[in-house]
Amino acid sequence: MNDKTRHILECLGEDARISHEEIATLTGLTVDEVSKTVKDLEESGVIRKYKTVIDWDLAGDENVYAIIELKVSLERTIGYQPLVERLYKFPEVRSVRLLSGQYDLSLTVSGKTMKEVAFFVAEKISTLEQVQHTTTHFVLKTYKEDGVILHEQDHVTRLPVTP
Amino acid sequence: MRKACTPSKFVADVMNKVPPSGIRRYFDLASGLEDVISLGVGEPDYVTPWHIREACIHSLECGETSYTSNYGLIELREELADHFSTKYRANYDPDTEILVTSGVSEALDVAIRAITNPGDEIIVVQPSYVAYVPSVMFAGGVPVIISTKLENNFKLTAEELEAAITPRTKAVIINFPNNPTGATMGKEDLEAIADVVCEHDIMVISDEVYDCLTYNGGHTCFASLDGMRDRTILLNGFSKAYAMTGFRMAYAMASPKIISAMMLIHQYSMLCAPITAQIGAIEALKNGQHEMERMVRDYDRRRHLIISGLNKIGLDCFEPKGAFYAFPSVENTGLSSEEFAERLMNEQRVVTIPGNVFGEAGTGFLRCSYATSREEIEVALERIGAFVDGL
Repeated sequence: MNDKTRHILECLGEDARISHEEIATLTGLTVDEVSKTVKDLEESGVIRKYKTVIDWDLAGDENVYAIIELKVSLERTIGYQPLVERLYKFPEVRSVRLLSGQYDLSLTVSGKTMKEVAFFVAEKISTLEQVQHTTTHFVLKTYKEDGVILHEQDHVTRLPVTP
Repeated sequence: MRKACTPSKFVADVMNKVPPSGIRRYFDLASGLEDVISLGVGEPDYVTPWHIREACIHSLECGETSYTSNYGLIELREELADHFSTKYRANYDPDTEILVTSGVSEALDVAIRAITNPGDEIIVVQPSYVAYVPSVMFAGGVPVIISTKLENNFKLTAEELEAAITPRTKAVIINFPNNPTGATMGKEDLEAIADVVCEHDIMVISDEVYDCLTYNGGHTCFASLDGMRDRTILLNGFSKAYAMTGFRMAYAMASPKIISAMMLIHQYSMLCAPITAQIGAIEALKNGQHEMERMVRDYDRRRHLIISGLNKIGLDCFEPKGAFYAFPSVENTGLSSEEFAERLMNEQRVVTIPGNVFGEAGTGFLRCSYATSREEIEVALERIGAFVDGL
């Protein structure tokens, strides 16, 4: 990755709503250069989506989240792909990751109640042929989400003037 | 009744000759104001990266609270030697050629005292960090000023240096990337200086504390130039690159004779730099590269923001290629640096430092630090714009 691309991605990673004009000011590139690079990054899939980090707890959302660890069996000729595709098509499944270690896959699942999530796992996930074993961990509190700390922090003040 | 004491008569004469720091005055003025945006700060706005703080906490938990070697922890000196060898191909023996100090300020003071006999001239290249001239005076030396010029992008030229050298000249202090101008000097620029320095057989104290903060091109370490290692006292520290100002962690590198002279002063005054800070510094060198580069890229974006903003307002600003300062000229506003800075502070609550605080050469300029958040820089630019429009 060149410096130009890294600067643009870092600007967008920090603030998805930043304008191309602002990026141009911050990088010394022209607006056209920024727009073209962003377009290329979108088309190549480097930029997947522009999203907002929301503190759902603070917003008063009642949803519950669980992290589900899956142990799966693999057949010789088929890898993880067909199973993974079945899993990620459920809108309840917010993320799917292949892991090293004791478990194979990790899902983040959301639902209105713990019961709903538990039944979803029991009915839709555990019953899949390749799934051998599931462990459900309910999320009690999120402290940091995608690099953003989700609570007010003390502000450290600097002296107004230093040499 | 015992005789009354008149404390002032006990103060050494040199104290009355050293002018008070111009920065101090602005600190007092700014401290009383509310809703202030400060571009007057010479330190990163980042908090020290967590892995460094965590290493310090861990060391305290382990009870690492003792004195260290006067030179500093050998692990730290070895890391430094590796780091300089890899980065600049400047090779120093960790046993005899590196001294860990409490901040570059101490390293500077000790370096000057270690080489200065009463009456020796030490050349100070201005605009410069405010401590250089007083440090020379405290050491009994005579500061000789060179004023760099905007037309040379505030670089020191060989001619300027040559003209300032006399038979009494002992050394020249240079600082690139520069506080307050943000000027840098490339390899060729420095080679020309090296020629003059050798010809006149003087030392160079090179304060390279901003070496990691360069944009559009890397840094040339003065000591890495051919034949310059033993002629240079290289000063550097962790404050700026790793956002560790309060740790007071720095070092000097030079030939063994010079380092052992510096060591004499250091061991009888500071004894050693604080161990917790030294452990933080080891962690910074071992694992701090990634975080530091991220900060530098962020400074670079703020640099573009502030330079283009100041130029749009009509405050001409040459492109600073290092440190985290913009140094716009306020000449076309008809105000002096001090009038501008003081009125801007009182009328728009933006703190900047008038350039003349850093020496005569800074007259007509303003130091604006962009080591502050992008949001604050944007508001500061709006306010500066409103101020200039209202003149």
